[in-house]
Amino acid sequence: MSKRRATVNIEVCVACGVCANQCPREAISIYRGCYAEVDTDKCVGCGICEKACPANAIEVRDIEDMEAENGK
Amino acid sequence: MANKKKNWYDYLWIWSIIYFALGFFNIMFAWLGLIDFVLPLIFALAGGNKWFCNNMCGRGQLFWILGRKAKCSRKKPAPRWISSKWFRYGFMIFFLTMFGTMLFQTYQVFAGASGLKQVVKLFWTFKVPWQWAYSGGTFPEWMVQFGYGFYSLMLTSTLIGLIVMVLYRERTWCTFCPMGTMTQGICQLKAKGDSE
Repeated sequence: MSKRRATVNIEVCVACGVCANQCPREAISIYRGCYAEVDTDKCVGCGICEKACPANAIEVRDIEDMEAENGK
Repeated sequence: MANKKKNWYDYLWIWSIIYFALGFFNIMFAWLGLIDFVLPLIFALAGGNKWFCNNMCGRGQLFWILGRKAKCSRKKPAPRWISSKWFRYGFMIFFLTMFGTMLFQTYQVFAGASGLKQVVKLFWTFKVPWQWAYSGGTFPEWMVQFGYGFYSLMLTSTLIGLIVMVLYRERTWCTFCPMGTMTQGICQLKAKGDSE
């Protein structure tokens, strides 16, 4: 089974912090008031943050897909 | 979430209700709204963070409580343009221009060029009579005029926030809140300055 993690589009993120407040694992922090940052070790890909984000900046994605993209 | 320890600042949503209630009875309480104007900027300028938005914004908390807990939000993703840079900065400029206009009106009352208008202007257009909130005498008229102007601004922006809360996600207002845009902009400049 593949693992899923929350990813942040930092171009769209407004750093409001709703995701960080809602995260049940405290895996999200706001990096210097600029954008949300996900600790992928803590994130379990539940998607609560994705549903709370008012800017549609968070997407829960398959970790293998992400690695494949980054590896290009 | 459910087990998270509550802090005193998690209850600041109560403050945003009290603010409007106080201003309903006495418009001079509108001045207290300046706290919500100045604090986020201090956090951004001194700390380089959005701690105010992230933890202390009573308005954001209120939208969350009404939208999520009281189920008053459709919870639908907002159109992308609402959180786009041009709309965010455009709205901020519009908002600051209206703020400047309001300051000018205050100055005109101060200079005696125009009289005190005891109305709350909603959406920068609709004048709502509000004369019960001040019976005269105690404060200089320009201070009262500022109260009316600032209360109008706070009420209008809250109403816009409530509308987008119902239509889209709970805290959609946060994506184009002028204070949020301003503080994020300051933080980005600071972060950029440090990395160079």
